[in-house]
Amino acid sequence: MAITEDEARKVAHLARIAVKDADLPALAQELNGILHFMEQLNEVDVEGVEPMTGVEPMRLKRRQDVVTDGEMQDLILKNAPDAREGFFAVPKVVE
Amino acid sequence: MTDLNRLTIAGARDGLRKGDFTSAELTEACLDAIEQAGALNAYCHKTPEKAREMAAAADSRIAAGDAPAMCGIPLGIKDLFCTRDVPSQAASRILEGFLPPYESTVTQNLWDAGAVMLGKLSMDEFAMGSSNESACYGPVVNPWKVDDRQLTPGGSSGGSAAAVAADLCLAATGTDTGGSIRQPAAFTGTVGLKPTYGRVSRWGVIAFASSLDQAGPMTKTVRDAAIMLGAMASVDPKDSTSAERPIPDYEAALTGDIRGRRIGIPREYRMDGMSDEIDALWNKAAEMLRDAGAEVVDVSLPHTKYALPAYYVIAPAEASSNLARYDGVRYGHRARLEAGDGVVEMYERSRAEGFGPEVQRRVMIGTYVLSAGFYDAYYNRARKVRALIKRDFDQVFADGIDAILTPATPSAAFGLGEMSGKDPVEMYLNDVFTVTVNLAGLPGISVPVGLDRQGLPLGMQLIGRPWDEGNLLNLAQSLESAAGFTAKPSRWW
Repeated sequence: MAITEDEARKVAHLARIAVKDADLPALAQELNGILHFMEQLNEVDVEGVEPMTGVEPMRLKRRQDVVTDGEMQDLILKNAPDAREGFFAVPKVVE
Repeated sequence: MTDLNRLTIAGARDGLRKGDFTSAELTEACLDAIEQAGALNAYCHKTPEKAREMAAAADSRIAAGDAPAMCGIPLGIKDLFCTRDVPSQAASRILEGFLPPYESTVTQNLWDAGAVMLGKLSMDEFAMGSSNESACYGPVVNPWKVDDRQLTPGGSSGGSAAAVAADLCLAATGTDTGGSIRQPAAFTGTVGLKPTYGRVSRWGVIAFASSLDQAGPMTKTVRDAAIMLGAMASVDPKDSTSAERPIPDYEAALTGDIRGRRIGIPREYRMDGMSDEIDALWNKAAEMLRDAGAEVVDVSLPHTKYALPAYYVIAPAEASSNLARYDGVRYGHRARLEAGDGVVEMYERSRAEGFGPEVQRRVMIGTYVLSAGFYDAYYNRARKVRALIKRDFDQVFADGIDAILTPATPSAAFGLGEMSGKDPVEMYLNDVFTVTVNLAGLPGISVPVGLDRQGLPLGMQLIGRPWDEGNLLNLAQSLESAAGFTAKPSRWW
């Protein structure tokens, strides 16, 4: 499978990373190199093998469904590039 | 007493308890060494005032007779660990200015044990790299130098490795997703341990690939790794993958007796084109273990060849998901917006400006392999291959093998800039001996065993059974003492 410029543009958009049109050919070429390397995996017979989810066959821990922490709005907003009136502020989302 | 910064953790612990010197003096010696080592670029954020306060508190504790092993020991902390009110930015522009309002479990455990923080150590951006050249602070320089070239300390925990090798701390924390503790340890003549997945909490460690990431100690000796692992490890309700297992006394496991242990030599690790020096050192290390009473046997790990491509599907897939949180909204860098720009432009430009090229590359590869139509072909296939890689190890251990001996890296440290402009896949080959261990969730340790013809350190890797760090450390110490590696970089900085 080879990634075209158009597909590279689509991947960049899905990843929410701005890429200039002029940089798309180089990006597509780079991604193709890496994908080519991955294609070795097609040599492996994986018939009947379950995809591994974790290294330890353990059930994820559960906890009581209760509030354990909170009341720290200031701390949560402290690192925001733009916070106003107790909220994160972003450009207009809905017209 | 001079040169206190050159002490090991064990040596400093004993001296502090006897009252030969104070943690304040020990800390001052490290701070001086750091000030003189600007050329190495290992520390990205220094915290001398905090260090002095913590050292004074440790001295009171020691005087009161309440002194755990790590009490008063000055450490460097990889920039990937969140430390309260101290910059923690994973060597990325996107986290510039971020001051965590909380402390990672690992660092909290270390401070609770009385350890002293000297500052934060540089690394490859988001722990993605093998040379430390992707750090937003500029590359760290290896204290080892044999000619005009400046060498890489390895990556991603390159700042940690360089700081330990140059005595800019007594030990450092590292993290290892595909070899990021063991490869830099090998490049700098130091010891690096990646524990079993789940042994050490990931809470508060900036995530790269959650099913592979594991923090561990980077130290001057195997004994120090045992002491420090004991302080880092804990059962943590804040990390759902933290194992509910008691933490043994790892130092007590260092009995020096390895008689009857069975060491496997995996034939698939003997790669085409491997340097004869590495090959010879590998044989020599096997002989050392045999001479100490271990039995050395050939074993087979048939899916080894596929570990690297499987890793470079799984790790970027998880990274693309983990790094989705950097959106310019809650913390970190936000691009300057122009009139009419909406929220999508804000995301796309913030991420383009904030992430370096290797991080962008991996996020996009991860996005691609997880996208509709390719999920089965790449991601699910890689996870199946991962299951087969783990099965290879399970079978070897079921056959009675206690640990596996391999080289840690395919070469000694290379020059900074030597890999730039090359195919990214070439840099990935650095991880060829180490990624299998992360994929299978096993503990692995790199021990310095010798110098190559140029005079640069080379390391050997021992891979242990899951949760068997005690025996692994005991074997590693046997190898360490047989190799008698005492070389230090001569000071040029």
